[in-house]
Amino acid sequence: MTYELIPLLPLASFLILGIFGHWIRDKAHLVAVPAVILSFVLSVFAFIDVAVGHHSTIRLYTWLTSGMLDIHLGVRIDRLTVVMLLLVTTVSTLVHIYTIGYMEGEPGYARFFSYIALFTFSMLMLVLADNFLQLFVFWEAVGLCSYLLIGHWYERPSAVAAATKAFIVNRVGDFGFILGLLLVFATFNSLDYATVFAGVGQAAGTMMNVLKPIGGSLEVSTVTVICLLLFMGAVGKSAQFPLHVWLPDAMEGPTPISALIHAATMVTAGVFMVARLAPLYDASPAAMSVVAVVGAITMVLGATIALTQTDIKRVVAYSTMSQLGYMIMACGLGAYAAGMYHLLTHGAFKALLFLGCGSVIIALHHEQDMRRMGGLKDKLPITYWTFVVGSLALAGFPLTAGFFSKDELLVSAWSAGPLGQILAVFGLLTALLTAFYSFRLVFVAFWGPSRVDPHHAHDVHEPSPTMTVPLLILAVLSIAAGYFGIPEFLTPVFEPHEGGAHGGGAIGIKILASIMGILGIAGAYYVYVLHPSVPDQLAQRWRTAYEWSLHKWYFDEAYDRFIIRPTFTAASELWKRIDVAVIDGAVNGVARAIAWGAWFLRLVQSGQAQHYALGMALGAVVILTMFFML
Amino acid sequence: MTIPLSYYVTLSAVVFFTGLVGVLIRRNIIIILLSVELMLNATNINFVAFSQSLHNVAGQVFVFFALTVAAAEVAVGLAIIIALHRARNTINVDEFHLLKW
Amino acid sequence: MEQLFFFYFALVIAGASVLVVALRNPIYSALSLLIMFFHVAGLYVTLHAEFLAAVQVIVYAGAILVLYLFVVMLLNLKHDERYHRQWPVAAAVGAILALEAAVLTAVKGGASGARPAAPETAVEGLGNTEALGDVLYSTYLFPFEVASLILLVAMIGAIILAKKDLSGESLQ
Repeated sequence: MTYELIPLLPLASFLILGIFGHWIRDKAHLVAVPAVILSFVLSVFAFIDVAVGHHSTIRLYTWLTSGMLDIHLGVRIDRLTVVMLLLVTTVSTLVHIYTIGYMEGEPGYARFFSYIALFTFSMLMLVLADNFLQLFVFWEAVGLCSYLLIGHWYERPSAVAAATKAFIVNRVGDFGFILGLLLVFATFNSLDYATVFAGVGQAAGTMMNVLKPIGGSLEVSTVTVICLLLFMGAVGKSAQFPLHVWLPDAMEGPTPISALIHAATMVTAGVFMVARLAPLYDASPAAMSVVAVVGAITMVLGATIALTQTDIKRVVAYSTMSQLGYMIMACGLGAYAAGMYHLLTHGAFKALLFLGCGSVIIALHHEQDMRRMGGLKDKLPITYWTFVVGSLALAGFPLTAGFFSKDELLVSAWSAGPLGQILAVFGLLTALLTAFYSFRLVFVAFWGPSRVDPHHAHDVHEPSPTMTVPLLILAVLSIAAGYFGIPEFLTPVFEPHEGGAHGGGAIGIKILASIMGILGIAGAYYVYVLHPSVPDQLAQRWRTAYEWSLHKWYFDEAYDRFIIRPTFTAASELWKRIDVAVIDGAVNGVARAIAWGAWFLRLVQSGQAQHYALGMALGAVVILTMFFML
Repeated sequence: MTIPLSYYVTLSAVVFFTGLVGVLIRRNIIIILLSVELMLNATNINFVAFSQSLHNVAGQVFVFFALTVAAAEVAVGLAIIIALHRARNTINVDEFHLLKW
Repeated sequence: MEQLFFFYFALVIAGASVLVVALRNPIYSALSLLIMFFHVAGLYVTLHAEFLAAVQVIVYAGAILVLYLFVVMLLNLKHDERYHRQWPVAAAVGAILALEAAVLTAVKGGASGARPAAPETAVEGLGNTEALGDVLYSTYLFPFEVASLILLVAMIGAIILAKKDLSGESLQ
């Protein structure tokens, strides 16, 4: 089958809309939506093919071959890629349809569609890559699309700043990624997955001296270094600690892209990468521990911050960050299948939550602060009920997809050794917090008396079907996705680790997780519905903790103080001292010297004939003298 | 005893250099032209001396023509001076510096 | 005897030329030049170039100098002007050249040099005038004609340059 079309259809959509968007304008969805639906259909076919056992590798285009270096574009379809394909095309299709209603009447309508088509293309090519370089190229490409889309409303300075921040922070991570790439090539002499995976066993024992450039000596396993460097990229892309600071600001972009990029697809690229490169990571227990710990830190960090945020999109953003931490933690503990399972279910219910936020925002004329909401459950029934379903999935309420995937994850973590057990405890505590804050959002935004701005209060109504139908579809998926048997489907990909999920403590973990979820919901109900004055009292009692949570643990402030300001100062000094004084000074100095020389020589032209006559006489004297001497 | 040729050459050189220095020193255009006449005369002396010494009349022919040309040059030069004087009411050569940068 | 004449003429010539350059008043300079011209003519006579001596007096002293005097008086010049600012350099130039000439003469002087044999004209038999005329109208005819052309051009040029503007205004 022509599976190359899966990414190429969105590319065509991007090109057409990019070039002709100015004339197509409001009809842009007629180009974009069919393309992505077709892509989805083809993905389903690919899935069926793979389920039957046909893997395939297609080489699309060879760019250059030089010695051992072979740079090409290729497509590799196996079980892991095909579930990602389904996720990306499904969510992309639903977001495309949603956008028809959300961005209706906006001047940048066609541009928006062209960018999300470009993003879909890039993400698909990333997932389908069969070599490191292609992975990296499209890694950057999705980062670019993120920048373009966050800054879609480019007249807003805050949007532009957020887009720049996202791109730059990502770039910091990508720096490590590039170094990892280079090291891969240096170690394995190839950038193909197949060749590298085949050579891991051999390379596993080699060491390298990481302090060589500064004359020191510290021998570390080469594979560990590779894994850590590549993981830096994942830290940036998947908003893990410490490069998580861009994700909340990315909420400046329109809500559909928050759903598409910052919930379901782009941020999951990091998790996907770790899972894809499982053979590499398996060879380096040290790197895996680092990955797991980083994931766990992020998981707790996100949850603690989400407790106090008042912007509904930010709450969901920090929730995303926290759930990504879960997934990374799982991969770090060897439970790749569980991590991917959670990735898929999370894609469904998080996209649902974001789109639900979008629905609320549109209904309230772009109001995002939950303190000015309330009483919406009767006015926006579809939105409300789908939102509840999504929140239940997020909290891990029994029988939702989120319940199954979170359980799988925690059980796998618990059976992964002592580190896994410690982190699993943190995971359980975070599950409590997760349930609490997600239902805090539900209760504050939808229940209780209406605190909506009186001007808009009478006009609140459910948005158009183009927006509500995707919500319904996603709600169904949020429940149903748990019953598709995804982990069993994926396990063959990660063969050595299939044993983890079925130990003796499994049942206990599952019960504990469910209890945590229900406790969280009950707690939120108590605090926000029954006794609404409690939150303020708690905030007063634990002032410091509240401030730290509200201000995102002061990460932005710290980065600003210790990294950004010094860089600005250094750059400014370099500019003034070197660029202006030395370089410009030299260039201008040369010009000035020549001008002075010209002024000096000009004095010869006095206009007086006698001066010239004297010159002639002197010349004659010189010649005669020379003649005389010789 | 005939006078050695070198004496005439010396005399000619002296007059010539005097004329040269005059051209370079004086600021009155007329005096400059007079100094040029000096230089011409010096060369004439030289030619005649050599003509006599080498018994070749060609030297004197040249003097003849040099004389002619000197006359023509003086005529034109003085006409120019008159025109200059009409323009600036001065014949101080320092005043004519339009070609200054 | 000859030497006496020579030295007299030579001294006066040298002195008069220095005076020409040094005197402030243009009339005095012109008159010094006049004296110089006469003595140059005398020198020519000692060199058996009588015709040239005559021509020198007529043309230089009689025509050229008179022209100069005419112009000087026409322009009614003041006579106080300093020497040009570059006079030290010029004096140095002159001194160097004089020095070189003196050295050259001392080293090589005395020797009368090679006399090219067989001059193209046998001069001794005729007088100076006849000798000159003979050569002038035969061998050097073309330069002679050209010289007359030069004079013609100079005449026309002088007239035009010195003429007042046709419209009657001066260039002032």
